[in-house]
Amino acid sequence: MKNWGFNISKPRVIDWDSADTSEYAKIIEKVPSAQRCLMCGACAATCSASNHVDFNFRNCHLKYRRGQFEGLAEELDKCMLCGKCKLVCPRGVNTRAIIYNMRIFINNLDYKNIEQ
Amino acid sequence: MNFHPFILPFAIGAILLFAVITFKFVMWIRNLDRKQRYYVNKNFFSFKTISAIWEIFREALIHRNIYKKNPLLGYMHMSLAFGWFLLIVVGKIESSFYAGTMFEEPWLAIFFKYFAKEQHEYFGAAFFSFTMDLLLLIVLSGLSLAIFKRFKSRFLGMKKATRHNRFDRIALASLWWIFPLRLLAESNTAAISGNGDFLTGSIGNLLKALPVESMELPLWWGYSSVLCLFFVSLPFSRYMHIPTEIVLVFLRKWGATIGEQYSGLTDIQINSCSRCGICIDACQLNFAASINNVQSVYFIRDTRYGSLTDNVANNCLMCGRCVEACPVGIELTLIRQQLRNKAEIPGKHYFDYNKAEISKNKADIVYFAGCMTHLTPTIIIAMKKIFEEAGVKYWFMDEDKGLCCGRPMRQQGYIQQSKDLISKNMRLIASSGAKLLVTSCPICYKSFTDEYVLDIPVMHHSEYIKTIIDKKLIKLQKSKKSIVFHDPCDLGRGSGIYEQPREIIKQIGELHSCELEREESLCCGGSLSNAVIELETQIKIRDHALEVLTESKPEILATACPLCKKSFIHGNKAKVMDIAEIVAENIILQSKIKTVKERSLNSTKQIRTKIN
Repeated sequence: MKNWGFNISKPRVIDWDSADTSEYAKIIEKVPSAQRCLMCGACAATCSASNHVDFNFRNCHLKYRRGQFEGLAEELDKCMLCGKCKLVCPRGVNTRAIIYNMRIFINNLDYKNIEQ
Repeated sequence: MNFHPFILPFAIGAILLFAVITFKFVMWIRNLDRKQRYYVNKNFFSFKTISAIWEIFREALIHRNIYKKNPLLGYMHMSLAFGWFLLIVVGKIESSFYAGTMFEEPWLAIFFKYFAKEQHEYFGAAFFSFTMDLLLLIVLSGLSLAIFKRFKSRFLGMKKATRHNRFDRIALASLWWIFPLRLLAESNTAAISGNGDFLTGSIGNLLKALPVESMELPLWWGYSSVLCLFFVSLPFSRYMHIPTEIVLVFLRKWGATIGEQYSGLTDIQINSCSRCGICIDACQLNFAASINNVQSVYFIRDTRYGSLTDNVANNCLMCGRCVEACPVGIELTLIRQQLRNKAEIPGKHYFDYNKAEISKNKADIVYFAGCMTHLTPTIIIAMKKIFEEAGVKYWFMDEDKGLCCGRPMRQQGYIQQSKDLISKNMRLIASSGAKLLVTSCPICYKSFTDEYVLDIPVMHHSEYIKTIIDKKLIKLQKSKKSIVFHDPCDLGRGSGIYEQPREIIKQIGELHSCELEREESLCCGGSLSNAVIELETQIKIRDHALEVLTESKPEILATACPLCKKSFIHGNKAKVMDIAEIVAENIILQSKIKTVKERSLNSTKQIRTKIN
């Protein structure tokens, strides 16, 4: 096929029926306030890391909720866990706990000394 | 030879106890990390060993620490521990005099009354017999307090007692039976042979109505078996704290501290916990938010028996109130940090997005506001004003693009990531050539002093403001405002800075005290260390703390931490201000630009000229 310098973007439709929401259910169990999030983006606006690089919590949260885990692990590693997002959240969502738990689940990060 | 088969349970129990304890100690000491070993080797033959022995006498036997916190509880513990210790020592001396040799059968001292039936003259017989009865009485008085406490803990000043597990119940029940059985057995023998003193003798007289001859052996068998049961359950129960604490005192005096990773010392500290439950009463999650299964005592217990869940490990404000309250001196928050440690990916580097490697600004002072301070910009404005008034050349390190100090990562157990942040920040600080690092955030301050390796001194802004006031670089005006100071956890208990902020306040307004301050001060609830509790719980903790702090209805609630300020400000109880803000507000301006308004006008002009 000839390369025209253009390509067709992948369809970005999210099929809720086939989306894997089981992982997100674990997050809700750990941090019930996750359900209150209305994706306003206040967290992304204040983020220390997004000051340096393209990173935002809202995006990560949305992707995790929809079960789009591609590249998310590296994305989450950019967070410094400073907790500013938690303080600015207008809905009182414990954003820091969400990102902390997302990291643990997505990396299968085991505690060194705790038997799960 | 003085022998009877009933000594066998005791002997077997004692041998098993000795074997298990020796095995455990050897394992723990082998697992000490390099730094801890270094301190042990360095200070083994030094005066520190002698002072450790003195402390063991003071704390492990007399229990001075518990006594200071709660005299009744102190007496209870002392009468049991010191009383039993003296019973063993005095009993041993008595039996040695009786046998006329130092090397009599080891069990003779334990079952002395039974074997010393046929009276023969030995040195100090009357004295020993009286002393032993007195000691037994003291132990029994402590025991009755302990039994009383188990059912009505409130009367001994404990709001909550620890819930026990199986091993503890076995050990506790046998411990309760040891001394009453000893009393009965000795009294019974005294009824038969008349070798009792004021206690055993008089109870023996009462017992004479019963068939004492046939009761004697069952009682002694019972006493011996209960001793055996206690000895066997001891290493697996909370009473393991008795032998372990002695080792802990030695290690602590030699200078070994809890490091980054789980080590032998962690095991020793975990086993030194007597589960007294003093930390439950100290914990704000308990008394302000009614969460009562995550306190340090349960955390330590779960860790010891391998049943720790991530919920318990993560649900802690790390405020350090329990560390301050612990009579054994276990480094509870540091152990919790160790248990939160995550598996590391060797060689992986994080935060490469940070482009600032070398500072372009050269200054005398580096100012690091910290992430939280950026959410309370008034503190930053106040600090800028103070720096300008003092006329120092400073560089605002994280004004535009700053990194986190690394402590939040460290507290959640991401050591690798935390070290990456630390090394990046350290390089930046070193390249600025500054002579002092000032920070506005106690969390960062704690990180800078504990984790960073810096050539320059670090100061929290309250310390810094104190020094420039002392040097008369700024002048303050005094008003009659009533101010209560809230000690932030990481600044007060964490770094031991209590006086500087108070002295600054005394120069500005009237400092009022509140019920819980300094070492006992409350956490604002906003702590970053807790990754479990939600906003609703935080609000409960905050409101309780605010209630205590604003009891005297102060005009201003002062604090020195942006996170505390941010938490309290939503409580709407009093005007919350940071130390820096109060100072900036009451500064007597000496520079050319008189007011803040003029200053802001001036800076707008500068910007305009820049644009044009």
